[in-house]
Amino acid sequence: MAVLVIADHHDGLLRDTTHKTVTAAKTLGEIDILVAGKGVDGAAAQAAKIDGIRKVLTADSDALGNGLAEAYEALVVGLMGGYDAVLTPSTSMGKNFSPRIAAKLDVAQISDVVEVVDANTFVRPIYAGNALETVQSSDAKKVITVRPTVFKAAGEGGSAPIEKIDASAAAAHTRFVSEEMVKSDRPELGAAKIVVSGGRAMGSAEEFQRVIEPLADLLGAAVGASRAAVDAGYAPNDYQVGQTGKVVAPAAYIAIGISGAIQHLAGMKDSKVIVAINKDADAPIFQVADYGLVADYKTAIPELMDALKAAGK
Amino acid sequence: MKVLVTVKRVIDSNVKARVKPDQTGVDLANVKMSMNPFDEIAAEEAVRMKEKGLATEVVAVSIGPAQAQETIRTALAMGADRGILIQVDGEPPEPLAVAKLLKAVVGEESPNLVLMGKQAIDGDNNATGQMLAALLEWPQATFASQITLNGDKASVIREVDGGLQTLEVDLPAVITADLRLNEPRYASLPNIMKAKKKEIAVKSAADYGVDIAPRLKVVKVSEPAKRQAGIKVESAADLVMKLKNEAGVL
Repeated sequence: MAVLVIADHHDGLLRDTTHKTVTAAKTLGEIDILVAGKGVDGAAAQAAKIDGIRKVLTADSDALGNGLAEAYEALVVGLMGGYDAVLTPSTSMGKNFSPRIAAKLDVAQISDVVEVVDANTFVRPIYAGNALETVQSSDAKKVITVRPTVFKAAGEGGSAPIEKIDASAAAAHTRFVSEEMVKSDRPELGAAKIVVSGGRAMGSAEEFQRVIEPLADLLGAAVGASRAAVDAGYAPNDYQVGQTGKVVAPAAYIAIGISGAIQHLAGMKDSKVIVAINKDADAPIFQVADYGLVADYKTAIPELMDALKAAGK
Repeated sequence: MKVLVTVKRVIDSNVKARVKPDQTGVDLANVKMSMNPFDEIAAEEAVRMKEKGLATEVVAVSIGPAQAQETIRTALAMGADRGILIQVDGEPPEPLAVAKLLKAVVGEESPNLVLMGKQAIDGDNNATGQMLAALLEWPQATFASQITLNGDKASVIREVDGGLQTLEVDLPAVITADLRLNEPRYASLPNIMKAKKKEIAVKSAADYGVDIAPRLKVVKVSEPAKRQAGIKVESAADLVMKLKNEAGVL
């Protein structure tokens, strides 16, 4: 069996979601990595270093660089003659194009896999993570998206050959217009070791910035938010942690003024250590928190910052 | 311009899904069912297009048991013009089968736009819209937070990791709705009454000649491991000490 893993990369750098997807793919067969986009040589060189990779394929075009699903579909479907499975990290980009590949191959997509039981059997969350479904696929080719946070990153030390492939596939009826990425010096939410998240209790965007961001900066953490805080306009949409937002699993997740709705818990409950600060002692967040502090954030956060500074942060 | 909007009957988003003791699935007996929240957003968007004079007709399609007629009625009460139910009893068909059925409906109805929720909150697959677009060879714009129609084109702002992306797609196209596209209305009583008189055509998968046999066998459905609640700390200083010395995360 040969397996294709589609790399996740940004600004010329490979993301470790790729390494994690490689780990998920390992039981399925020999692994090739496809690095598609615009200006992919740097990311391809990094991919070639991942342990146990047979080869790295690169495809370079504007349509791929702009992440157009139609272009990815045409490229990958064209390659699938040589593979039994294709695995993509379930980022917004992977979610966008992977189902098209499945439809074109006339197979089911197995979405958001959190465990590979064997080459045909996979576990995936359903109902916002309230249940885990174990499914067995009878399709000849498998199209899988992987929830990267639950897999360990594959190691480095390899030196796979890199092969450039044709990338002329375009998207005839879709045009990229623009992209507006949130610029930040903080680590990325999906990759941060510590995440500080704020909830509806913040009450305004100004308060969210005043309270959450300095604490995040003190800890070198990424900033997250509950859906309630995002819906209320306190934080931008890409801060949202939850089943329908980002799924994160940092070493420490610090939830401030977040009650802990089911859909939020689904996005962070795999974090190694969960800290909750909430003035409501009955908030559901405390049922999953390793360390809970029942306190008003207005007094607790300044105290926390002082204590962190005293501890050398 | 005709808009097709897809609406799925799912467990109400405020109800906690419970796994059946025999691990065959999630218990849906006597559980409140509602329209998939993302589909509600798609339906709202379609109705707004009609109210602005951009769409001439909004057709709501559901695939599911006979009770999915109620879901279609909800869409009709919001302002859709008529409904189509493809009645499928038992387990809901997989996204690929749904996409094939919808492709057949598109073949009959020839809409200029298919609006769908980005995912259903039961299976959480986030796949059907993309699959439909691929099968139709139509462009797609998923995770839409803003849709602007310009003649035979649509400009769509999409929610992507790290920010927003704007695409322009030629119509016909498939667009899937994300959370912040709009806030769906509550249907008024007069509109609920009016919706009762609107037409719903009931069809079967066989009417469209589509094989909806599942490709995935569900081996079991289990409950995720419960996370143990930890301890309550007395103060912020205590918290920092524990995070540093006990958890080792600082």
